[in-house]
Amino acid sequence: MHDFLQQLINGLSIGAVYALIALGYTMVYGVLRLINFAHGDVYMVGAVIAYELAKRMYATQSPLWISMPILFAGAIAGCGALGFAIEFLCYRPLRHRPRLVALITAIGVSLLLENLFQNRLVFGATPRNLPELLTITPTLKLWVGSSAEPVIVTNLDLISFGLCIAMMAGLTWFVLRTRMGLALRAVSFRVDTASLMGINTNRVISMTFVLGSALAAVAGVVNALRYQQVDPLMGLIPGIKAFVAAVLGGIGSIPGALLGGLLMGLVETLLKGYLPAHYNSYSDAAAFVVLILILLVRPSGLLGKPSLEKV
Amino acid sequence: MRWMIGWATVAMMLCIAGCKKQVRESSQIVVGEYGSLSGSNAVFGQGTHNGIMLAVDEVNAGGGLLGKPVQLVTEDDEGNQDEAVSVVKKLIDRDNVVAVLGEVASTRSLAGGGVCEQEGVPMISPSSTNPDVTKGRKYVFRVCFTDDFQGAVGAKFAIRKNWKRIAVLTSSNSDYSKKLSQFFKDTFTALGGQIVAEETYSDGDKEFKAQLTRIQSRNPDAVYLPGYYTEIDLILRQARDLGFNVPFFGGDGWDGVELDSHSEGSYFTNHYSPEDTRPSVQAFIAAYKAKYDGAVPDAFGITGYDAARVLFDAIKRAGSMNRDAIRDAIAQTKDFPGAGGNITIDENHNAKKPIVILEITGGKTHLADTIQPD
Repeated sequence: MHDFLQQLINGLSIGAVYALIALGYTMVYGVLRLINFAHGDVYMVGAVIAYELAKRMYATQSPLWISMPILFAGAIAGCGALGFAIEFLCYRPLRHRPRLVALITAIGVSLLLENLFQNRLVFGATPRNLPELLTITPTLKLWVGSSAEPVIVTNLDLISFGLCIAMMAGLTWFVLRTRMGLALRAVSFRVDTASLMGINTNRVISMTFVLGSALAAVAGVVNALRYQQVDPLMGLIPGIKAFVAAVLGGIGSIPGALLGGLLMGLVETLLKGYLPAHYNSYSDAAAFVVLILILLVRPSGLLGKPSLEKV
Repeated sequence: MRWMIGWATVAMMLCIAGCKKQVRESSQIVVGEYGSLSGSNAVFGQGTHNGIMLAVDEVNAGGGLLGKPVQLVTEDDEGNQDEAVSVVKKLIDRDNVVAVLGEVASTRSLAGGGVCEQEGVPMISPSSTNPDVTKGRKYVFRVCFTDDFQGAVGAKFAIRKNWKRIAVLTSSNSDYSKKLSQFFKDTFTALGGQIVAEETYSDGDKEFKAQLTRIQSRNPDAVYLPGYYTEIDLILRQARDLGFNVPFFGGDGWDGVELDSHSEGSYFTNHYSPEDTRPSVQAFIAAYKAKYDGAVPDAFGITGYDAARVLFDAIKRAGSMNRDAIRDAIAQTKDFPGAGGNITIDENHNAKKPIVILEITGGKTHLADTIQPD
């Protein structure tokens, strides 16, 4: 029982990171019908910014209540600007081209970011260790059954989980309850009609990218604090898993992204935890098996609305 | 029209650069080095490179070899197996090197060694320990011990520590980790120990809590972790986060691990300890410190230094830049006074060297024991 509960916690805490990234995927897809493959790399940039800031914070011995907000704010600002630039420079000129063009451009942007950051002058291919700003401590210890070891929930598990819920709630509120959110829904429904209604669609789309990238930044900082290790290819696998998570939950659906992310984390961890040890390394493949199964059984995802083909 | 002129200029410049290189090379002895100067095993490549550079500087200060200066061409494989293959090809085709030094990680030494074997270029690995690296290969050598010895030393150490129940956590995509863990398990069970859990991960993974939770539930006395430092850092940290506080121990891939509260109380087997009082080791450390602003060399520094010096000695004895002559000379290396001990290349192209066991305490490694080869 102890093991199972601990594996659940392990799975949920990694799932929270996937969920944060998946939220950004889903935002952009919901509005533009574009899978932004560069999203995982924006997340990496968030972690790199967190690393650079953390180094300085550590050197100046700043207390946590100063360093943490600066870390998050810095990464959000940096990634927001990056998201804006990517949309403005790469996707906007292709707005009226077939969707495939933008998709391939997204893959190009992703490769560009990965290789740019592997350059020694920018960051370098070597993983860097973050100074230990936030000491990870067991916040909750639960003794269950006859086990001598408690089930441990760390402070970072709680932070990532809390952030995840807060972000989803905030995003839902934003989309459903604000004027900007209304505009966003209108653009997502039909871009040209929205612009006839006097909505500045370019502004709405830019904002979507900024928001999505800010979410990636939050995930990046959480991850940097979690593993205390940052490298330019760190966005690759989580990016793909978060994409699968978004599809699993129903791409375009905000609660779906959260659900999908947490499920992905759980599936992966439970497979690692209960498959014979020899098959541990296949748990990454589980993500793709899940993707194939969803596409076969429920292409619109768990919480997605089945889309009607317009004739 | 304008673009044609542009391309013609570029082509001409390339041609000039190419020709210049050809002329320069014949007056020097060009030795190639490939290693992970960047990437997730950067500690390995950088340490080795520093050691090799020290040996190159020394030989050139002494007038070079065969009356010619030694020029080292270094290629970064970024810790990537495919990249290792292509940079070794580049060293051979483009730079026409007489011999190759590298790699540390066995997976990449196997890959690069394959190219050297095919092209008939002698290669010396400073610190790859997987037996397969040199097995059946005519041109590939190493100047360190192999994993059958290292795994056995680890197992005997565990028995001596009275750790009866051991869990093993192996990287399933590292030739080094797989072989070392196999040798460890063989000796440990033969000595009456019990392997209570065997878990695997992949190099590049970041999340290990699922495996650690599983290992924890079997209550091992200690965990054997034959991996590389980048993952070990994460594994140790996550184990401590889970409240899993048994000792961890492993092999020479640990060199580079963060010496902090998470690794405190761990042990690993290695090629060398800076606390070794032998004069050859202390002389090397002094020379290294003088060159690199007082930095204390790691094991890769000393193995890189010895690999380069064994190669230079072989070139001197061969008396020519012929690759086959150099290969034969390396194979005949006997009692070469290396910094880490005398090196004799045996019929399997391996060197027999003592192993040190290091303990991490108080943010430092300490020499716990030295084991001589049989």
